[in-house]
Amino acid sequence: MRRFISRLLLISFISTLPLSITRAQTPAANPSETLIRNATVLTITHGVLANTDVLIRNGKIAGVGKGLKASADARVIDGTNKYVMPGIIDCHSHSMLDTINEGTLAVTSMVRTRDVLNPTDVDLYRQLAGGVTTVNLLHGSANPIGGLNTVVKIKYGRPVDEFIFPGAMPGIKFALGENVKRSSNPNLPGVTRRYPNTRMGVEETIREAFTKARDYKRGWDEYRAAVANGGKNLIPPRRDLQLEPLVEVLEGKRYVHAHCYIASEILMLIGLADEFGFKIKTFQHVLEGYKVAKEIAAHGAGASTFADSWAYKIEAYDAIPYNTAIMTRAGIVVSVNSDSDERARRLNIEAAKAMHWGDLTEEQALKLITINPAIQLGIQDKVGSIEVGKDADLAIWNGHPFSVYSRVDTTFIDGDIFFDRQQDLSRRADLAKERATLEQADPNKPPAQGQTPGVNRRRPRTHSDDEEVWEGERP
Amino acid sequence: MKKERGGETETGRLGDTVMMNVLKLALTVVMLAATAAAQQPGNPTNQQGVTPPRGTYVIRNARIVTVSGADIENGSIVIRDGKIEAVGTSVNVPAGAQSIDGHGLSVYPGMIDAGTSMGLVEVPQGASGTVDTSEVGEFNPNSRAIIAVNPHSAHIGVARVEGITNVVSAPTGGLISGQATLINLLGTSPKEMAVVPNAALVINYPRLGGGGGGGFGGFQPQVNLADALTAGERQLEQIRKMLRDGEAYGRARDAYAKDSSLPRPDINVVLEALVPYVRGQQPVIFRADREAEIRGAIKFAEEMKLKPIILGGDDAWKVASLLKEKNVPVILTGIFGLPGREDDPYDVLYESAAKLQQAGVRFCISSGDPGAEARNLPMYAGMASAYGLSKADALKAVTLYPAQIMNVADRLGSIEVGKMANLVVTDGDLLEIRTHIHYLFIDGRKVQLTSRHTELNDAFKDRK
Repeated sequence: MRRFISRLLLISFISTLPLSITRAQTPAANPSETLIRNATVLTITHGVLANTDVLIRNGKIAGVGKGLKASADARVIDGTNKYVMPGIIDCHSHSMLDTINEGTLAVTSMVRTRDVLNPTDVDLYRQLAGGVTTVNLLHGSANPIGGLNTVVKIKYGRPVDEFIFPGAMPGIKFALGENVKRSSNPNLPGVTRRYPNTRMGVEETIREAFTKARDYKRGWDEYRAAVANGGKNLIPPRRDLQLEPLVEVLEGKRYVHAHCYIASEILMLIGLADEFGFKIKTFQHVLEGYKVAKEIAAHGAGASTFADSWAYKIEAYDAIPYNTAIMTRAGIVVSVNSDSDERARRLNIEAAKAMHWGDLTEEQALKLITINPAIQLGIQDKVGSIEVGKDADLAIWNGHPFSVYSRVDTTFIDGDIFFDRQQDLSRRADLAKERATLEQADPNKPPAQGQTPGVNRRRPRTHSDDEEVWEGERP
Repeated sequence: MKKERGGETETGRLGDTVMMNVLKLALTVVMLAATAAAQQPGNPTNQQGVTPPRGTYVIRNARIVTVSGADIENGSIVIRDGKIEAVGTSVNVPAGAQSIDGHGLSVYPGMIDAGTSMGLVEVPQGASGTVDTSEVGEFNPNSRAIIAVNPHSAHIGVARVEGITNVVSAPTGGLISGQATLINLLGTSPKEMAVVPNAALVINYPRLGGGGGGGFGGFQPQVNLADALTAGERQLEQIRKMLRDGEAYGRARDAYAKDSSLPRPDINVVLEALVPYVRGQQPVIFRADREAEIRGAIKFAEEMKLKPIILGGDDAWKVASLLKEKNVPVILTGIFGLPGREDDPYDVLYESAAKLQQAGVRFCISSGDPGAEARNLPMYAGMASAYGLSKADALKAVTLYPAQIMNVADRLGSIEVGKMANLVVTDGDLLEIRTHIHYLFIDGRKVQLTSRHTELNDAFKDRK
């Protein structure tokens, strides 16, 4: 029992320590060159290369081939019997977000995940240990039109600004179905429900928002045209932070990532987008995508799905693990995502499931967590495959990443090591010692009686669209 | 896609001397068998949810992973009357046995997931009508999973076609949740499915500090230390009292049976249910993850002379020497859980199985999932192996070890003569996700490799 109490206190204490003490993962010196020798290289776009070297220079992949030479001070890693694959890209994550849902309004396109990033979230490190290097941080699914996304590289231990993926396409979260309807909130007498309450209302909400956005855009277009024509003393339209991102969607400058489950709501959004002349970049979850794969393909949308999660709620009851394969064969760019700090650590296995259920080829299955999500985020020219000139975001695995018996040895981002198993193991004794010392420190000794101090829980145990509770439903 | 291989109706190979001897006799049997073929197991006329009959089968030239002994290359297995009749490189094949060509395939015992609530819940969120896991009140020893388990739950077929042939399905609520059942994942009724109808009493060991996990939000309210400590003790005392009542009830009942001049005890269905458990005849499963709870459960079980099993066991590796000393087994469910504390090593739960193995603790690996995700069981074992558990032990952790822990190793968990014919035929390592399953037998019945998911796939995959 004493242990439990001291642990409680210890956690609160540790969370106040500076980052450098708790978890400085980045090695002191990252050389400008790294040579991985004689590995099996899963390039994704150019097949599987046996006994091949990968040369990293100044954060980029500088060479892929046999017998590559590096400078004298390069870091050389023996890749014999090991596999090198691109860093995994998770197209649906809520890691490092201090809050996920601004749920009070049905349209919250004015809020940004960029403003609530927590770079010390330990789950980021756990994901690096699963070979993940890039994640798409999405707003939650409480609203038909949610907040803006942030694409980050997991540069754990660095200042938050260094996480931001340069040049990633801006995005926005949409959501349909049960979460938007707030299905899990009971109808209570005297409590006004937030509109919408049905899938009909969801359509109407999005329609109204884009109708306004179209008018807003017209106002600006007319104003700019008038200015261009030499008009004087013109009054610009009043800026609207809620509508601006939707105008960007209409102009193809912002990707829509739309949470959805059932076939009818997928078709609804396709119809609405076609009518307003914009594209859905990805349908997220899209567990019934297999029923309407040809319509999704015809619209040109991508799909980012779970490998095999199902039955956790009614709208997930028709989910099947063949979804990934059926949508892939329909010509859709498909990715497999986590939407969970837990699942994010084993996306390699989640992708391999598409070989088990649906018989995708190994290359097709590998693409589900590499180049396909890169395409869905507009970063395919920088990451997602092992090619000369691309960012050196890689993981070295001790076996084929599709084997359940494999694990990650080392994870690189921009050529720097952000996870290394040997280094992690070697630090454990020191951390244990540090912990023991802290437990004996006076501030951590449990009081003989009375109240424990309140513990600030920074964040929920797992992040996912469906588990997140949003605060403050207005009466 | 599941692949069915053809050739099941051939009666044998000419080169097989054993078969040559029985061939003449068999000819007449074949004639009969042909007419009966429409009803034979494995025939596409099987209906979902209707138990196929037992058959006589021989799987030939397969790699047989017995689990309990050495692997047998190019071996054969005879299945009859629901049991494994013969295993080896040379076996006697009964007349009329349907032959399955196992060339290039491997035969494993079916996997066992000892920590589910399968069949008790279909859709946990937004469909409370499908949830039968948790009875009202804190003490429900007479609440039995076997009564409510739904043989037609879609979860059953979905788990089964991945090679999981057995589960322990347990109620979850209150302090004494009820009785878990050990079932075959095949049957039209709970009775047909039952292997051990009432397999264990399930107790949620009181969580110290109360409240437990769950709730999101930014701030955990203040906990009064004294309250937190005594609340746990109070709950434990309530459990203790109930078990003692059960013990006393059993004694009174037996005494009256011997001597009817004694006062006749009223039948009490709640206490009646406790008798085999308080007498240590049947195991008691304690849900406990944290170190203090596991230690508490071990101590409590010793005091009450129970036969404990720890379910959950996230911190079990910290209690390994005590678990070993007291010979208390652990059903590990947390391998895919996030580490409980921010400063835990990233792989603390991945490697917990290896640590228990090294310490000599009896354990098995479970998905701990209510049902839908139980099919990921082989991946749990695989992850434990990626982080230190030997491949052989990873396989045992989902076959023989759960059978031993649940006291059914005489019937399940390995390929041995006389055991129940719960077998999986694969084209590779059973735990690898890329492996496909080609045949499945439960209770000597050949089971179609279809589920709600294969059916939806078939319905939509070719939509143009």
